[in-house]
Amino acid sequence: MNDKIRTPLFELTLARILESIREPEMLFWVFVFPILLAVALGIAFREKPTDKQRIAIEESVDAAEISKLLSVREDIQAIVLDPAEAGEQLRKGKVDLIISADQNIGQKQEGLLQSSLLFTYDETRSNSKSARLVSQDAIERGLGRKDIIRIRENKVETPGSRYIDFLIPGLIGMNLMGSGMWGVGFAVVYARTRKLLKRLAATPMRRSHYLIGFMLSRMIFLIPEVAMLVVLGWIIFRVRVLGSIPDLIIVSVLGSLTFAGLGLIVAARTKTIEGASGWMNFIMMPMYILSGSFFSYERFPEFAIPFIRALPLTALNDALRAIMNDGRPLYSIWLELAVMSIWLLLTFIVSLKIFKWQ
Amino acid sequence: MEIIKEEIPALTGKSETPAVRCIGVRKYFRAVHAVDGIDLEVRTGECFGLLGPNGAGKTTLVEVMEGLTRADEGIVEILGYRWGSRDDRAFRDRIAVQLQETELADKLTVEETLRLFRSFFTRGHTVDEVIKLGELEEKRNERVHKLSGGTKQRLALACALVSNPELLFLDEPTTGLDPQARARVWAVVEDFKLGGGTVMLTTHYMEEATRLCNRVAIMDHGRFLAIGTPGELIASLNGREIIEFRVLGELDQELLAGLPGVKAVERKNESYSLKVLSIDVTLHALLNAVDKSHARIDRLLTRQATLEDVFMSMTGGRLTDE
Repeated sequence: MNDKIRTPLFELTLARILESIREPEMLFWVFVFPILLAVALGIAFREKPTDKQRIAIEESVDAAEISKLLSVREDIQAIVLDPAEAGEQLRKGKVDLIISADQNIGQKQEGLLQSSLLFTYDETRSNSKSARLVSQDAIERGLGRKDIIRIRENKVETPGSRYIDFLIPGLIGMNLMGSGMWGVGFAVVYARTRKLLKRLAATPMRRSHYLIGFMLSRMIFLIPEVAMLVVLGWIIFRVRVLGSIPDLIIVSVLGSLTFAGLGLIVAARTKTIEGASGWMNFIMMPMYILSGSFFSYERFPEFAIPFIRALPLTALNDALRAIMNDGRPLYSIWLELAVMSIWLLLTFIVSLKIFKWQ
Repeated sequence: MEIIKEEIPALTGKSETPAVRCIGVRKYFRAVHAVDGIDLEVRTGECFGLLGPNGAGKTTLVEVMEGLTRADEGIVEILGYRWGSRDDRAFRDRIAVQLQETELADKLTVEETLRLFRSFFTRGHTVDEVIKLGELEEKRNERVHKLSGGTKQRLALACALVSNPELLFLDEPTTGLDPQARARVWAVVEDFKLGGGTVMLTTHYMEEATRLCNRVAIMDHGRFLAIGTPGELIASLNGREIIEFRVLGELDQELLAGLPGVKAVERKNESYSLKVLSIDVTLHALLNAVDKSHARIDRLLTRQATLEDVFMSMTGGRLTDE
């Protein structure tokens, strides 16, 4: 038997790693769950050859003609409905636009040209707006409008601009947050409830070694955690890393440490597992929503943006996207790196100060 | 001059330094006087037992000695060292602690756990040696959560022994174990004693104290009620032999108290317990007395007094809460 005595820091880190990989739930949440999430969201939001505009035509003598004019365009799906049903479907979002034709009474000639059209739609819905433009265009062209300027089209797909390209860095950020906070916070509180912390405090172990051991084990787990999403993102969805891999690693390491620090501060004094869960969720929930993992935080009101950008997950997500999607160099994201560093320093120092071993 | 005489051994070497010295130690938790004025000196190589019911303050006192809890008042010296300086961490190399109810990491094996603990100390046994000391050879690669209660306790003990400490603190090391598992833990502690180690043990098992300890203190409500060897404490009882019996029918309690050699009479329903100077003398008189009254003795037991009787006579309560 090899009986060499290794350094406490090595043994503490090794113990953390062994404990983590022997926890099947941990492996699921860290490695399987994000993949399932990426695949599910990637499929749900995959880029379809633009959605068809769904248009309801109210029953009238002109309905058939309108329908025929619209049917020329492949991106329009038109159905004729009675007014009540059409209104109902617009309300439910099943159609984007209702077209009703008023036959002008007293006109001798029949036909669409003698009618005026009423477009009913919800201006706040972008689909409705484009349905309105597309159907007006189709109807006017069908009735003989001539284009006055020749427009050529150059259809391109910019790399890094799809939803899945946006999503994968967000998932990496979220995953680093979850595993960092749970992995450190939970384990510390668990050890405290079992009086293991107190037992360790009764040995000559350096207390900082215990905490650094957590950080180091996070460093090691981070590599497969990030690599897995990056590689699978590429294999399944062809999501590319446009920036440099070392930069990606640096950002991931910093992000991971930042959340380990947050986990530590949650665990510094918490006495029960339930208490820890509560605090974790209290801290992580707002970031899940605000920090742009699933959708851009630019949608929030302008006054809130600076606060959102000061959140550690926002900084990590932005930094990851800058590298993966935009191929930007490290120095261009100094602000995000600074935000994370400040969080890391604050949480680590405060945790060490207030940490309770018993 | 007196003072200097006392101080010198603490500075020069361990031969004369007591392993543990407490003077006027107090620890209060708000209104609760957990430790309420304890004086104690434990010699090197001694096994000292703290006996008392749950809540007596044993654990708090031991944690004060272990440097895990600060005393509110008084002096605590462990191997001549006083807690509270930058040297605390280094000093921990010399002592070992087994806490009540510590649960070691579930997912690590016995060997991994011991390796981890060994790495914290600058001195001590090899991991192989300590596995042997704790009789853990067969469980070496077993994960902690799969171990039985007794094996877990022996592992906890091995974690404490890993540094080959000069002073070993054991806080209720066999609570909740079956007799066989308990005996195996005792064997490990006895080995450590044979090697010259000092032990500070808390327990509420009399058998454990009698078997392992050179001296014991009986503690309740944060104070020592008595201190001495188990034999001395029993000898201090007014009547160190006991006659217990059950009576069918009526028997005059006054009559019992008047029998020769009876020092105390206790009654619980039909059961009586007499503390007597000598069973020989009293038993005869007792049987005669019962014969004359209209009662009959149902079950009769005679025995030597134990530490538990000492405790009962001192507090009127029971030592264990089981």
